[in-house]
Amino acid sequence: MLGRIRAALGGAAPLPLDVPRDYRPGGELPPGDPALVELLVDRLVDYRATVHRLAGDGATVHSGDIAARVGEILPSGCTVVIPPGLPPGWLPDGIVGVPDDGRSHEWLDTVAGVVTAATVAIAETGTIVLDGSPDQGRRVISLLPDLHVCVLRTDQVVASVPEALRRLTPGRPLTWISGPSATSDIELNRVEGVHGPRNLHVVIV
Amino acid sequence: MKTFLGTPAVAPRGVGFLRGDETFPRAARKALADPQLRRNLGHATTTIREKSGAVIAELPDWQELREAGRALKAATMSNLVELLEQLETAVTKAGGTVHWAADAHEANRIVTDLVRATGERRVIKVKSMATMEIGLNEALESAGITPVETDLAELIVQLGHDKPSHILVPAIHRNRSEIRELFLREMPGVDPSLTDDPAALAAAARRHLRETFLRTKVAVSGANFGIAETGTLAVVESEGNGRMCLTLPETLITVMGIEKVVPTWRDLEVFLQLLPRASTGERMNPYTSMWTGVTPGDGPQEFHLVLLDNGRSAVLADEVGRQALHCIRCSACLNVCPVYERAGGHAYGSVYPGPIGAVLSPQLTGVADNASLPYASSLCGACFDACPVKIDIPTLLVHLRDAVPHPMAEKVVMAAAARTMSRPRLYRAAQRAARLSRFAGRRGRGLPPPLSGWTSSRDIPAPPPQTFREWWAER
Repeated sequence: MLGRIRAALGGAAPLPLDVPRDYRPGGELPPGDPALVELLVDRLVDYRATVHRLAGDGATVHSGDIAARVGEILPSGCTVVIPPGLPPGWLPDGIVGVPDDGRSHEWLDTVAGVVTAATVAIAETGTIVLDGSPDQGRRVISLLPDLHVCVLRTDQVVASVPEALRRLTPGRPLTWISGPSATSDIELNRVEGVHGPRNLHVVIV
Repeated sequence: MKTFLGTPAVAPRGVGFLRGDETFPRAARKALADPQLRRNLGHATTTIREKSGAVIAELPDWQELREAGRALKAATMSNLVELLEQLETAVTKAGGTVHWAADAHEANRIVTDLVRATGERRVIKVKSMATMEIGLNEALESAGITPVETDLAELIVQLGHDKPSHILVPAIHRNRSEIRELFLREMPGVDPSLTDDPAALAAAARRHLRETFLRTKVAVSGANFGIAETGTLAVVESEGNGRMCLTLPETLITVMGIEKVVPTWRDLEVFLQLLPRASTGERMNPYTSMWTGVTPGDGPQEFHLVLLDNGRSAVLADEVGRQALHCIRCSACLNVCPVYERAGGHAYGSVYPGPIGAVLSPQLTGVADNASLPYASSLCGACFDACPVKIDIPTLLVHLRDAVPHPMAEKVVMAAAARTMSRPRLYRAAQRAARLSRFAGRRGRGLPPPLSGWTSSRDIPAPPPQTFREWWAER
């Protein structure tokens, strides 16, 4: 097959792969700039994600504050799955957090939700990226439960796609999430919630 | 494999969906007679155009991104051999297995054998143009394996024993009440009180497929990008069915056209900005999955990548036509095309409809097999403007019209016209004769057979009572 392709190309000199890139290499604002966080929130809300902001600029957010907010999102007494390396103290009392140790798909399908951290977020597109790190876990745990709570630090927020790609490690399994699962297959009406989590809550700290 | 010289290997006949049963004008006439279809299409294309225009306007560097996308694709094609070898090495190193499929028959056989080896009788599928192109579902079914389409629109198409009519929204030709009826008829255990609210219909599909996702051990996908440098594959989607297929099963088989290879990781920064805005009119599609070979403990532990030619090397051999391979399947050209908007996707007879289909399908099959498609356009150029990687579709259409076998009558007429126009006396006589047709009136002005085909869908302008030369002579 490669011989066929080579013959089709007819021995012409190959074009250089180093092409002109006159587009923006990044945004004008540094990661975590309050205006970027504002933009991210706007984009997330536009895609019907629920956004929770904890404290403003510079104020220290304690894990207790996160736990309190997570407690408001999740129904009390429910069971959620958590990645094995979720920072301690993010779950409030009264929520059962089961660390994922290779749980079955059937079991994951029965839990009320999942709480994860994130790797990077893109303000311009309203995107959160998970890369399977210990505080984010296997891809499946943020897929089967119907509610996903994602805790994001402001310093993880970059302006644009090129900046996000520079922060990611290609070999890792990556999931880019822009709002809850959606479809526009029926008369192009956007409907949230087909197969992925129908509820996406983003807690920004 | 080295028999290429002289006869480029096009996609074989008798397998897959690149050739229609009838010519474009014949099929389009049927579509034009369906007012419901035209309403659905008009609504859909107008909506996507507006959404897409709004989010494209948000990016100050859209034109620079398009140019980078064009340049990257052109460079990729001219380095295709090296890039594919690099991709194979990277995927293999990351624990995947790479297979080479020269055509649809080979690809179908490879995938069928891989599924058989797992002992499973059912596979879940995420929407993929390549597997539809090669007729993989039909091949699997004849081997006793059930393919389940999991994309909502594909499910609608599959339940309706129908064919997709749009690259991105395959069920664009069905409205909500048609979909409701289909679900009530074809979906086992569906709630009989199901309404035609899109949210209710989507929820019905979620319930219907959840069990299948949890129990099926093999998935088949396509790929939007395959990165040579890292061996990373990427699938963009909306519903989460893609994530299900790419994450839950034990075995994943990805079928990718060879033109989908992207040189470096960094190049994704161009295509991930272009694709969603041009395609669904979103800043980013809800889900994008990227994986590199096998990740221990996360997702499928067996990964196969099938690299598909099926006529692509024949397209590559045409230096002008080659551009059609730059397509990233966004379907922006369909949504702006006045011909597609009226005729719909089925009229093109191939899984690739619209302007890009009119230049891609005839090249994959050889123009003789899709000879009417290069004419399925008014050459208005809207597709060129809309294309996120700047494929010059109008130029390709004209180029392919040249390559289409032309009827003898046309050659005779063109030769006669050339003779007449290069002899002033003959030309004057012809002009006078044409003037006589004024007495025939509007209806009678069609050309006589065998030229009547030309005037069956075109009006010949009425000849003026006085020619320019006569007017000039009087001054």
